[in-house]
Amino acid sequence: MSESEYKLRLAQNLIGRGKVSRRDFIHLGLAAGLTVAAADMLFVSVARAAPKQGGFAKLGMAHGATTDSIDPAGYPDTFTQTAFSGAMSNSLTEVDAKGSIQPDLAETFETSDDATTWVFKLRKGATFHNGKTITADDVVASMQYHMGADTKSAAKSLLESVTNIKADGPETIVFTLNSGNADFPYIMSDYHLVVMPAKDGKADWESGVRTGAFVLENFQPGVSAKLKRNPNYFKNGKPYLDEVEFIAITDLAARMAALSTGEVDYIGRADLKTLGMLKRKPNIEILEVTGYGHYTLPMNVTVAPFDNPDVRMALKWAIDREEIAQKIFLGHATVGNDNPIAPAIKFAINPEPQHKFDPEKARFHLKKAGMENLKVDLSVADAAFAGAVDAAALIRETAAQCGIDVNVVREAEDAYWDNVWLKKPWCASYWSGRATADWMFTQAYSADSSWNETFWKNARFNELLIQARAETDEAKRSAMYAEMQQLTHDDGGAIVLVFNNFVSAKSKKLAHGELAPNWENDGLKMAERWWVANA
Amino acid sequence: MNPVVRTVLQRLGLGLITLFIVTIIIFSAIAMLPGDFAKAMLGQSATPETVAAFQREIGIDRPPVERYFAWVGQIVQGDFGSSFASRTGYRRTVAEIIAPRLYNTMFLAVMTALIAVPLALGLGILAALYRNSWFDRVVNTVTLTTISFPEFFVAYMLAYLIISRDTFIGTEFAQSLPEWLAASINWVLNLVPKFPTLANISDRTPFWEHVWRAALPSITLTLVIVAHMMRMTRVAIINMLASPYIDMARLKGMSPMAIVLRHALPNAWAPIVTVIAFNLAYLIVGVVVVEVVFVYPGIGQLMVDAVKSRDVPVVQACALIFAATYILLNLTADIISIATNPRLLHPR
Repeated sequence: MSESEYKLRLAQNLIGRGKVSRRDFIHLGLAAGLTVAAADMLFVSVARAAPKQGGFAKLGMAHGATTDSIDPAGYPDTFTQTAFSGAMSNSLTEVDAKGSIQPDLAETFETSDDATTWVFKLRKGATFHNGKTITADDVVASMQYHMGADTKSAAKSLLESVTNIKADGPETIVFTLNSGNADFPYIMSDYHLVVMPAKDGKADWESGVRTGAFVLENFQPGVSAKLKRNPNYFKNGKPYLDEVEFIAITDLAARMAALSTGEVDYIGRADLKTLGMLKRKPNIEILEVTGYGHYTLPMNVTVAPFDNPDVRMALKWAIDREEIAQKIFLGHATVGNDNPIAPAIKFAINPEPQHKFDPEKARFHLKKAGMENLKVDLSVADAAFAGAVDAAALIRETAAQCGIDVNVVREAEDAYWDNVWLKKPWCASYWSGRATADWMFTQAYSADSSWNETFWKNARFNELLIQARAETDEAKRSAMYAEMQQLTHDDGGAIVLVFNNFVSAKSKKLAHGELAPNWENDGLKMAERWWVANA
Repeated sequence: MNPVVRTVLQRLGLGLITLFIVTIIIFSAIAMLPGDFAKAMLGQSATPETVAAFQREIGIDRPPVERYFAWVGQIVQGDFGSSFASRTGYRRTVAEIIAPRLYNTMFLAVMTALIAVPLALGLGILAALYRNSWFDRVVNTVTLTTISFPEFFVAYMLAYLIISRDTFIGTEFAQSLPEWLAASINWVLNLVPKFPTLANISDRTPFWEHVWRAALPSITLTLVIVAHMMRMTRVAIINMLASPYIDMARLKGMSPMAIVLRHALPNAWAPIVTVIAFNLAYLIVGVVVVEVVFVYPGIGQLMVDAVKSRDVPVVQACALIFAATYILLNLTADIISIATNPRLLHPR
């Protein structure tokens, strides 16, 4: 490489950070033997693709309530998660666009052979917003905030397997687990488990002093949150934006109008019904990511008739998932196969046979269960997921062709999770999904989980769950998870209808890299990862 | 004692008793709501232990009667208590949550009233004056049309108008029209100021920007309430115009406008003021739909939010404020009717 070519390469990198002007770049290009036009084109293409510093983004979120606070014990929905976890804070690890685990505040993490001890080493020189260096004591206090009898944290069950956390010097944290868990670093990426400064040995969340790319400037619960760039952020060059404002726009039509009129640059959860109209606008782009989230119809396998595996199988064959994906979710969903592990997750398989609408198979299993016809109640409300009531109506139609009379009971949306979910024998439910097979299975399908919505207690499944968690041999683990997914598919009580896509929309003003599938809004980290395309 | 003062005192006393009954109704209605704050906050992630920890901290494990008297006792001392969203070491009082929202709602209500009330009175007087003319019919039809549409529809239509302002010319519909027609529709659309469809304001928003951002919600509400007030004005004046003393004034040779303003209107105030008070109360307590559509942070949205998350102290305070608003506005209407009517002012 000649000297001028080398300079040109360097300059290309600098364009992205806005440090080389177009004129200077063309000069360098001429020296390297390019024509003016070629150098200019090169400048424009590099400038578009590479992240740029500066600018301001207004992000319309689909949630936001007056009860919101910056307390990480809560973070109930995308407003608090994206603004206070994704933009303002960091966990020890993060999930990247490929769905694999990366260090975040931690620099490295290692485990013992049986995966019961995990050692995290902190990044050197990373500081809180107030300039204080992040130490292992801060991490320990932050984790303990979610543990113990008195905690009100929604993340309590995540850390139940942790028996001991201790700081080993200022930069090393040692977690001891009651049983091996090879996926523990994934759990550490959870949006609740952010690192806060320790004050008198307790985590101080009230001050809002965190480690993240943005510093909180103004927060009005249920209205908006304004954050400005953290100039001392530990990730090189990030964040790109100078300022972000998160605006709570819970009304769907208002959200679409706000993006159309340019009041905001991005909206989460776009309206699928009017997406076509939005698409036609020249300065707007639709973003669609298949995530881990899925809609299920859990059957309580301890209650008749669902205690009969053949009845469960008959229902699984009596539902037209393709039609539901097309008609209810307008094609913005991926058909499910009674396996809650999303295709993008490591160790995911697609169990055979694919469950689809097949009246003969449904009748066959019904007969095997010793029944000619069957009458069951299906309790639904749109609180479970938008479209649940309509989906139930479609299920009623297809099930009727299989000799199954599904009586759709429309429940009150209010307090649905209180009065219907885990209470009615067959209902609708929603899972935002988890980053690993173990995490998802442990929370929703293991025998002793309080969220085991199907009350399914399969001995072989639970035995495999514990074995696979501690297994560090990839091939063996893969085989175990495959068997577990097959078991859930064949014997489990959950009907997984579809995996929902995250559908959002943005103005062309904003640019981004590959979108992360683990949560909405680019893995909740859009503020840190996105930039203004032509600032 | 001056009869006006006596009536005011009487009404205030009655108002207080009403408020007291309202507190009982509010409290028992909320106690009957299914679900609770802890479960609403934690949603799917509620485990029995975390729910119990929450309940202990916010004190809803105590019996309802005890909680009722504690609440009323606090209110009498002017303390609305703390929101359930408070945490140890981070108190969020109900007053500090409600104050900015109440200000926003009042702002929007006053702004709308300043537009709507003079407009309604003016249109009503003119319609009475030129009754059964084309003017009367057009005004009646237009205002009846706007009141007949639900307010969210009016709101969405206005928002759509603002969106079309910039995008109409690019639509397929516009391209299917003759060019001159599309151009002139576009010209008319561009006469509409580009009002913001998002009325999200904060405590830092300057006054005139607040007015600008609240324009669309205010126009929507004006369209919704004008008809009621305007028609009442028209009918009340027309009734008066049939009285013998108006004929007398006419025979004296007074101009029709002077008759309406000097003779008919003073006697027609009572029904008009009652209707205005009713509409003003609506502007404060009933605008939640408009607030949601334009994302305006008012007290209606706050209350709906609080009901959803079972933040009981906030719901109770909002309900109480709404009740007090109704009572006060009705009281004001009564006083104005008495003060403008000599027969009520000097009863035999």
